[in-house]
Amino acid sequence: MAVRRIDLMLCTGTGCVAGGAFRIKDTIENEITKYGLQNEVSVVITGCNGSCGQGPLMVVQPDGIFYGWLKPEDIPFLVQEHFLKGRPVKRLMFVPLERKEPVPLMSNIPFFQKQMLIVLRNKGIIDPEKIDEYIARDGYTAIEKVLPLMKPDEVIEEIMRSGLRGRGGAGFPTGRKWKVCSDERKFPKYIIGNCDEGDPGAYMDRSLFESDPHSVIEGMTIAAYAIGASRGYIYVRTEYPLAIRRMQIALSQARDYGLLGKKILGSDFDFDVEIREGSGAFVCGEETSLIHSIEGKSPEPRQRPPFPAQIGIWGCPTVINNVETLATVPVIINRGADWFSKIGTATSKGTKIFSLVGKINNTGLIEVPMGIALREIIYEIGGGIPKNKKFKAVQTGGPSGGCIPNNLIGLPIDYESLTKSGSMMGSGGMIVMDEDTCMVDVAKFFIQFTNDESCGKCTACRDGSEALLEVLTRISEGEGKEGDVEFLEELGLAIKDASMCGLGTTLPNPILSTVRYFKDEYEAHIREKQCPARVCKKLIKYYVDPDRCVGCLLCVKTCPVSAIKGELKYIHIIDQSLCTKCGQCLEICPPRIAAVTKLTGKEARELQSLPGPIPVAEWKKTKSASKGDFRFTPYREETDREHRGDNEVP
Amino acid sequence: MIQFSQNAIKRVESLKKQYPTKDACLLPVLHMAQKEFGYISPEVMEYVAGLIGISPARVYGVATFYTMYNKKTVGKYHVQVCTNISCHLEGSAKILDTLKSVLGIEEDQTTPDKMFTLSSVECLGACGFGPVVQINDDYYEQCTEQKIKDIVSDLRKK
Repeated sequence: MAVRRIDLMLCTGTGCVAGGAFRIKDTIENEITKYGLQNEVSVVITGCNGSCGQGPLMVVQPDGIFYGWLKPEDIPFLVQEHFLKGRPVKRLMFVPLERKEPVPLMSNIPFFQKQMLIVLRNKGIIDPEKIDEYIARDGYTAIEKVLPLMKPDEVIEEIMRSGLRGRGGAGFPTGRKWKVCSDERKFPKYIIGNCDEGDPGAYMDRSLFESDPHSVIEGMTIAAYAIGASRGYIYVRTEYPLAIRRMQIALSQARDYGLLGKKILGSDFDFDVEIREGSGAFVCGEETSLIHSIEGKSPEPRQRPPFPAQIGIWGCPTVINNVETLATVPVIINRGADWFSKIGTATSKGTKIFSLVGKINNTGLIEVPMGIALREIIYEIGGGIPKNKKFKAVQTGGPSGGCIPNNLIGLPIDYESLTKSGSMMGSGGMIVMDEDTCMVDVAKFFIQFTNDESCGKCTACRDGSEALLEVLTRISEGEGKEGDVEFLEELGLAIKDASMCGLGTTLPNPILSTVRYFKDEYEAHIREKQCPARVCKKLIKYYVDPDRCVGCLLCVKTCPVSAIKGELKYIHIIDQSLCTKCGQCLEICPPRIAAVTKLTGKEARELQSLPGPIPVAEWKKTKSASKGDFRFTPYREETDREHRGDNEVP
Repeated sequence: MIQFSQNAIKRVESLKKQYPTKDACLLPVLHMAQKEFGYISPEVMEYVAGLIGISPARVYGVATFYTMYNKKTVGKYHVQVCTNISCHLEGSAKILDTLKSVLGIEEDQTTPDKMFTLSSVECLGACGFGPVVQINDDYYEQCTEQKIKDIVSDLRKK
C-alpha cells in the first residue's frame, strides 16, 4: 500500500450517504486528479463516524481536522486550499453554538471529548469493506488468543468476571447465559447475533454493521467456541440494506482468510455464520420470537423457561446475544476482564452506545462509560436543546422504556438507575424532548406502536393495548373523564402481569412513566381541555392575530385546504370549520411578523374571529378610535394593551 | 402460471438442504419471490408452498404476519414514510400529508400510472435526521414539504 501524505476519512454511514457522501467522494477524486495529487491524497471510505448531525463529513488524517456539512460545491476550494496549499478551511469546520470560533480538531470537539470508544473503536478509522484494515487495528487477535490458549470454560469465566451484560435492553449477564448453554449436553448448538433493532430512535446496531462488521463476527466466533456451537445466524432487519451488504462482504472475506469455516486458524474448531433477514415485525427482537422466525414460523413468542440457552432453534441449545454485546467480547479478551470491569459502575460495566436524537443540537451516535450523568450527555455531548428551548424529558428504551424528566437530569445512566426511574436501558435510543412536546401525545404514540406490533398471542397485550389507546385517544381529543388516569395505571399494571414476553410486560411503561412525572399534563387535557404543549390537534386552534397581520397573503397561498380568507393588505382570517391544523400557516409566517399563533384550552374555546377580512389600515384605525375597548378575543390581552399604547403615542 | 427462474429454483433447493426443517427456508424464499414477482399474491403463496413442500395456509400465515412482504402490487417507486417517534417529533405527519396530496393517493395505495406506492412505516433507523423517507433502497433525510415535492417531481421526470 502506498504511503500518502493525507488520508481523507470520509464517513459513509447511512446518514452521510443519504446526504450525498458518494457525490462528495467523486468530486474530491476529480479535484485531486486535476491537481495531480492522486499519489499524495487518498479518500478512505469509513463507516459511521457518529456525528450524524454534521453529515456529510470527513476527518483529515494525520492531523485530525474535522469538516462537516460538506457540499460538492465546497470541494474544489477545499482541495485547492487545504490539500494543495496547506491552509485548512475554517468555514467548513465545526462551530459550537456557544462559541463563534471554529474547532479544527475532531479530538477537541465536545461531542467527541466525553466519549469512550470500545465497541466503536474502529469507527471512522477503517474501511469496513476491507478485512485487512480491521486486522491492522488488532482485529482477530482475540480469536488468535482464544483458540490455542484458552479452554471454552476459561473464556466463559473471563466474560463472567468482566461483568458484561446484554446490550439489547434487559441486561442479563452474558457470561451466565453462555454458561447455561455450555452446560447443556445436546448438540448441535447455535449462536445468534440479534440485530433486529426495532426500537424507535435506536440505530447503533445498524451503525456497527456499517462501520465495523468484523468485530461482530469475531465476537460471535469467540462466543461459539465458548458454548460449543458450530453454526451462527445474524438476524438483521431487511430495512437496513447497507448494513446487510457490508456484513455479507465481511463474512465472505473472513471465510477467504480462514477465519470462518472448517478448522479455524488450524484448530479443530469449525464455525460459520449466515445472515437471516427479518421482514418488518418488531416482536422478532424478542428471543423466542426470533427463534420462531428463523424456523420459518409466525414469530409469536413462547413461555420461558425453558430458556433458549437450553432449548432454542430446532430444540437445540441456542445463545442469543445482541450484536453490540458480541462486538465487546474481543476487546475484553484482548485487554482482560480486570481492565473492562474497572469501567462503569458497580453493577453496570463497560460502555454503552446511545443514539442521541430528537430535539438536541448534536444528534448522533455516542459511546459513553456506564454511570455517566444524563446532564453530561444532554448538555456536554449533545450541546443542549436547539433554539434555546427548555429540556423537558428524555425517552430511553423505546416503547419498552419511559420518559426521564428534567428534574432527574443528574441521573447516572446504568441499568439499575434507569429501571428505578421507571424507564429502562433498552437498546440505547435516547429521544430528547423539549417544551413543545406533549407527553400525552408521546405516550399515545408508543401505545399505537406496540398496539400495531403486538403479535396477538396474549389477550392482555393485544386487547389491553387497544383499551389503553382508546383512553389515551379520548384524553388527547378533549373527551377525557375523571378517573381515566387511574384507569390507565391500573390497566397498565395488569398488562405487565398478564403478558408473556418482553413486548407486553413493558408496553405500559411509556404511560406509567409519563403519568408518574407529568400527571399535570394529563389533568390539563382532562379538566381544562387544554394541551399545554399545543400539540394535540383537537385541543388547539390556529389563529391570525389581527394586531400583527400585515396582509401579505403568504399563509393564504400556503394553506392546503384554502381555509384562510384574505386579500392583499387585508387581515387574514382562518375558517376554523375548514382548518385541518396542519400548521403550515404558522411555519410560513415570517418570524418578525409572527401573526399566526396556536391557542388551546379556554383561549381556543372562546376564540371569536373577525367577521370578515378588513383592510389592515382600517383595523388599526378602528383600534385607536375605540381606544382599545374593541376586543375580539380574550387571548393576548397584555399585547392588546401594549399595542394600544403604541397607537396613542405618535 | 408463475415460475421462478432456473437459478432461483436452484437456490431454493440448496436452501432446503441447509436447515433441519423445510419451514426454515420460507422467509428467504418469500424474499426471493418478492424480488422476482414484485409482490406476494395468493398465487405466489401457493407456488412457494408447493416448491418448499408445506401447506399454503402456513405460507399465508407467515406472509401476512410480516409487514415487509407486499400483499398488493407496488408501483415503480415505493415511497415509505417513517412515522416513528423521532420522525414524528420532527413532523413526519406533515410529510405524509404532503405526499398524499402531491400523489393524490392515500396510504397503501398506488397511483393509477403504477409509478408510486405510498406507505407509512416503522423506524428506519435513521433517527438523527428525521423526517426520513425511503424510496426503494434510497433514504431521503431531513425532508421538508418542499424537498419531498421536488423529489417526487424529479422521480416523475425519470
